[in-house]
Amino acid sequence: MPLSRKFDWRRGLITVIMLALSIVFLLPFIWMLVTSFKMENEVFDYPIRWWPKHWHAIENYKEVWAGRYPFYRYYLNSIIVAVCTTIISAGVSSLAAYGFSKVNFKASKWLFMIVLATYMVPSQAILVPQFILYRNINLFDSHLGLIIIGSFSVLGTFMLRQFFMGVSQEYIESAKLDGAGHFRIFWSIGFPLVKPAVATYAILRFIWTWNDYQNPLIFLRTDKLFTLPLAMQKFTSMSGEFYSLIMAAAVSAILPLFIIFVIGQKSVIEGIAVGGVKG
Amino acid sequence: MDPQSPQPAATTSSARTAEPKQPRRGSLQRGETLSGFLFVSPMLIGVFVLVLLPIIATMALSFADWNFIQGWDGIKWVGFENFRNLLDDPMFLRSVRNNLIFLLAVPVYMLISMVLAVLIDRYVYLKGYFKVAYFMPYVSNIVAVAVVWMVLFQPSYGPVNEVLRTFGFSNPPKWLADPDYALVSIMLITVWISIGFNMIIYIAGLQSIPRDLYEAADIDGANAWTKFTRVTFPMLSPTSFFLLVTGIISTFKVFDIIAVTTLGGPFGSTSLMVWYLYDQAFNNLKIGYASSVAAVLFLFVMLITAGQWAAQKKWVNY
Repeated sequence: MPLSRKFDWRRGLITVIMLALSIVFLLPFIWMLVTSFKMENEVFDYPIRWWPKHWHAIENYKEVWAGRYPFYRYYLNSIIVAVCTTIISAGVSSLAAYGFSKVNFKASKWLFMIVLATYMVPSQAILVPQFILYRNINLFDSHLGLIIIGSFSVLGTFMLRQFFMGVSQEYIESAKLDGAGHFRIFWSIGFPLVKPAVATYAILRFIWTWNDYQNPLIFLRTDKLFTLPLAMQKFTSMSGEFYSLIMAAAVSAILPLFIIFVIGQKSVIEGIAVGGVKG
Repeated sequence: MDPQSPQPAATTSSARTAEPKQPRRGSLQRGETLSGFLFVSPMLIGVFVLVLLPIIATMALSFADWNFIQGWDGIKWVGFENFRNLLDDPMFLRSVRNNLIFLLAVPVYMLISMVLAVLIDRYVYLKGYFKVAYFMPYVSNIVAVAVVWMVLFQPSYGPVNEVLRTFGFSNPPKWLADPDYALVSIMLITVWISIGFNMIIYIAGLQSIPRDLYEAADIDGANAWTKFTRVTFPMLSPTSFFLLVTGIISTFKVFDIIAVTTLGGPFGSTSLMVWYLYDQAFNNLKIGYASSVAAVLFLFVMLITAGQWAAQKKWVNY
């Protein structure tokens, strides 16, 4: 925007008010963080103590990470599931997106419509058949099963297709005249051109998989295999009244995503804005 | 389809006079079809096995009386009985009603997001910070977020009620534990979570409004409010429409937060259709009955989609 570089006091004033508002908006996070450092008997002190009187951070986090429900194991599980899902999903989605946008075949249009239509279906509505299917093909209660179910989300296809459509058809045609097949073109022209979009989608898919609660809830039974959200819930119901521990667990569950998000925020926000996608 | 598509095979094979390359066009098209299928097949197979087949199975099971334990032999086909029972099931009707009430959250967070988007896009410094701050709940682990809110809303000594008492409300609501307030509490949390996503989309929408519209308004001497009501708001109508539709559809998918906080209670006050479906299937093991709930859910989503197609032309205009 062509605004003067000089400080505009009205803009400054609105910024200050908005800053105050945003802090109110973020209070639940701030409370969570502070509480995770507190002794249990200080948690509900009122007026709210925004700075712990007695620091109990090390003990709290030690209990969460090395106690009866050791979080490092759930971290590991979450990382395995999220990383594998992200890689497979990004691969499958970019292939399909290329196929639906740059390869000319008759069925393309209605196949894409079908794929798109499945996005409307609330995932809970098909849980029962998926559950029965998984029991019968031995994917139940395994990370592999979770990874497979997360990898075929049609959102990636939809989002990346938009970007492939932006790749000039001339590149493709001239590569074809040079005798390149579609797989060559995809690998050496198409994919490199949409790489930033794939990266954005990968970050989003990672966040969604990391936060997914429903699929692990349905498809996992064994404690040892739990991913973070499920472990978080288990931990909460086990720790009952130990709110400082629960908050330490909550911080542990949220923190890695905050970091990933803050690092990749530009592409995440752009990706959301362009694709208009919702997890 | 793209404009440079090769000629259909039928016309080319008859045109013998053209250059010698011509007859190969048919096989070229076959090659395209083959590679097209190869590209999309991993996704298609996944969607077919994991989504399409389950949809068909759900439809079929909605006419059955069955639970997991009985095995396949235990299936009894009962026609429309499940659906008849649904209409007499007070808990199901309550869930549908709750779902409809939940829709009210959508315009609320859309409005807040729109105002925030305008302010952040046009009237503040530190734009980047604000985007990240409001987006935080969206990227946070919903279980962790729900647990934090449960503690904040704790009726007797939770921070929210302590603050309310300080401000003179001697009898604040019990929030998630209160049948009259539980649904509202969940809606409040949903609003808090959804603001970030909606705001980002609105900011993108704002940035695509041509600047000369504002310049013209300036020439006419319009103030900020007039510019908002006469330029910004109407120009955002496609964005609003998109957010309304995705928002409505997403209310039919609200599950995690209920599964963590209230389990549909107290007294079914927060039971939404998807929760009721889950509860019937995985807690009561009534597979057929749960599938009929799923079928009703399909119906709702299809109606919304159809309504969207119809409304799109009428509503969204410049």
